Amino acid sequence: MNGRGGRTIRVDTLARVEGEGSLYIKMAGDRVADVKLKIFEPPRLFEAFLRGRHCTEAPDITARICGICPVAYQMSAVHAVERALGIHIDPAVRLLRRLFYCGEWIESHALHIYMLHAPDFLAYEDAIAMARDHRPIVERALRLKKIGNRIVQLLGGREIHPLSATIGGFYKTPTKQTLLELRTDLEWALEASLETVRWTASLQFPNFEQDYEFVALRHPDEYPLNEGRLVSNRGLDIDVAEYEDHFLELHVKHSNALHSVVRGRSSYLVGPLARFNLNFERLPDVARKAAIEAGLRPPIKNLFRSIVVRAVELVFACSEALRAIGEYEPPPAPRIEASSRTGVGQAITEAPRGILYHRYALDEKGLILAAKIVPPTSQNLKRIEDDLREYAAQVAAWPIEEATWKCEQAVRCYDPCISCATHFLKLVVQPDDASRG
Amino acid sequence: MSSKSKGKPKIAVFKFASCDGCQLSLLDAEDELLAVAEAIEIAYFPEATRAMGKGPYDIGLVEGSITTHQDAQRIQEVRRQCKTLVTIGACATAGGIQALRNWRDVDEFVRLVYPTPQFISTLKLSTPIAEHVPVDFELRGCPINKSHLIELIVATLAGRKPAIPSYSVCMECKRRANVCIAVARSVACLGPATQAGCGALCPSYDRGCYGCYGPMETANTASLRNQLRVLGQTDDQIVRAMRGFNAWAWQFRKASEESEHP
Repeated sequence: MNGRGGRTIRVDTLARVEGEGSLYIKMAGDRVADVKLKIFEPPRLFEAFLRGRHCTEAPDITARICGICPVAYQMSAVHAVERALGIHIDPAVRLLRRLFYCGEWIESHALHIYMLHAPDFLAYEDAIAMARDHRPIVERALRLKKIGNRIVQLLGGREIHPLSATIGGFYKTPTKQTLLELRTDLEWALEASLETVRWTASLQFPNFEQDYEFVALRHPDEYPLNEGRLVSNRGLDIDVAEYEDHFLELHVKHSNALHSVVRGRSSYLVGPLARFNLNFERLPDVARKAAIEAGLRPPIKNLFRSIVVRAVELVFACSEALRAIGEYEPPPAPRIEASSRTGVGQAITEAPRGILYHRYALDEKGLILAAKIVPPTSQNLKRIEDDLREYAAQVAAWPIEEATWKCEQAVRCYDPCISCATHFLKLVVQPDDASRG
Repeated sequence: MSSKSKGKPKIAVFKFASCDGCQLSLLDAEDELLAVAEAIEIAYFPEATRAMGKGPYDIGLVEGSITTHQDAQRIQEVRRQCKTLVTIGACATAGGIQALRNWRDVDEFVRLVYPTPQFISTLKLSTPIAEHVPVDFELRGCPINKSHLIELIVATLAGRKPAIPSYSVCMECKRRANVCIAVARSVACLGPATQAGCGALCPSYDRGCYGCYGPMETANTASLRNQLRVLGQTDDQIVRAMRGFNAWAWQFRKASEESEHP
């Protein structure tokens, strides 16, 4: 359009994301000249803090990387340390950890779908404004979220930075009866999740399909949470211990977060779309059926439909939590203790936003010699910039305020957690007078 | 969050170096959130809304510690904009886990974490908000207790002091009728020196308190250190126990330094 030959989209503080960042897109005509997702969340030096700490402190310390997904950090930490120490956990503990993780998925997905993401589709600034016109929807969201939090609270003591997960198991495991008290709420939550799938599927999505490399865990017969091989739609199929041989973290000047790439290829996508596309057959029947009825069949290549996929995962998490509660019998001991030994252990688990890698090297006393943590959002950052390069060109002719909002929305599809990635975001779209001509 | 109407008190939420957990507590108050949003205007809360309402604000909730030059300047502007300024959580109140850098060479830490350290700009110390600007009230905890947050908002709007306990975690254990894990099972526990607020969660889950709410005002850390030694803790273990999420709070700081150089 006339007068819009060269301009810049900028969002100084990206809202409804966890953590702080900005977005800057520089246009030259219809071409996107530059995209920067600038992370100005201060550097947080967790990998350095972990050196010299005891391995039993890793789940407590790494939880503090993220107040939204502390369970994910605790799960990757305990599995990595257990691998280093050669601990094989009790099947009942494994089941409890799945339940614990489902609680976090329910809480985090309900928060993102309804409170952070849905307002974009219905043109509200936030969920509170949305509640004035759609109160029952927001109330459903809050109740779902609360049920997820209740699971985490019950198993972990509190919903943010829970305290019971530890190496080898839990400090304290619940009785069967305590878990059964969750059942009625979870049965409601399963129905509410199915309604969430139908509701999100009725939203309007832009046409925006990209050719992604999807990366997620894959387990022989379960939808992935705590374990599996790491696979992609481009032939990757590795043990999690080989992660660092196949992925590389790059440091870019405009960011306090590192960008990840697949060695020899480029950006990749982790999170709900990747999990769904690579594990569709492993969804429980109720979730797979809901997906099909909502018109979702893999591969889903439209990022904007991730809200529906997240809703399908909500169905999965509720159904899986119900299964876990039904099958649970308390383990003989809350945790397996093992003696310290030198060793290295790696683990990947599926945080709500995608794969979370931890590696610890331990000395003979169990102290941490070195730690490496790669959060999901830093793995998605480069892919978000690649998407914006394509998407900004599509919306370039729009009025600037709308184009800006659209680009913000594209970022929010990823549910980015910038606090994690720094170990967030600001969108910058502004007129570039220099290139106008 | 755009619950705009004239005359409602305005609340703003600001983030510094932190995990977002304490501000999430407001969204986690599922039963109270909509009622709170009717009583007040959530004017600035980027984690929850695109609306970026301008100050001045009646209550400013500040999460996170100061770790960069830019943040040290930004907190001055935040203070000017807020009638009542409240720090929420261990980072804002005590420097948080980020304060672990305060005993070490931060440049070395940056080199450990980032491949191109020259891209990173950070301060040598992680400091609490009160070291930079006057603070009207501090909410302890890693994370804060969401009922404390609701009480704080209600009390501030009513013009009274929030009813938040300042005794130790031991009192909470007594109320819950927990058997003392330190006495009965020789488990190292920071409860006697730690401010209440969590509801004695760790002892209730069969583990020792690790000090999320920071030292109570009259903490006798010298006696606690002795007791920990009696339970078989080494000085190294005591240093680590004191250097958790409230490491820079002076009582814990002094105790960790004395254990480091006994």
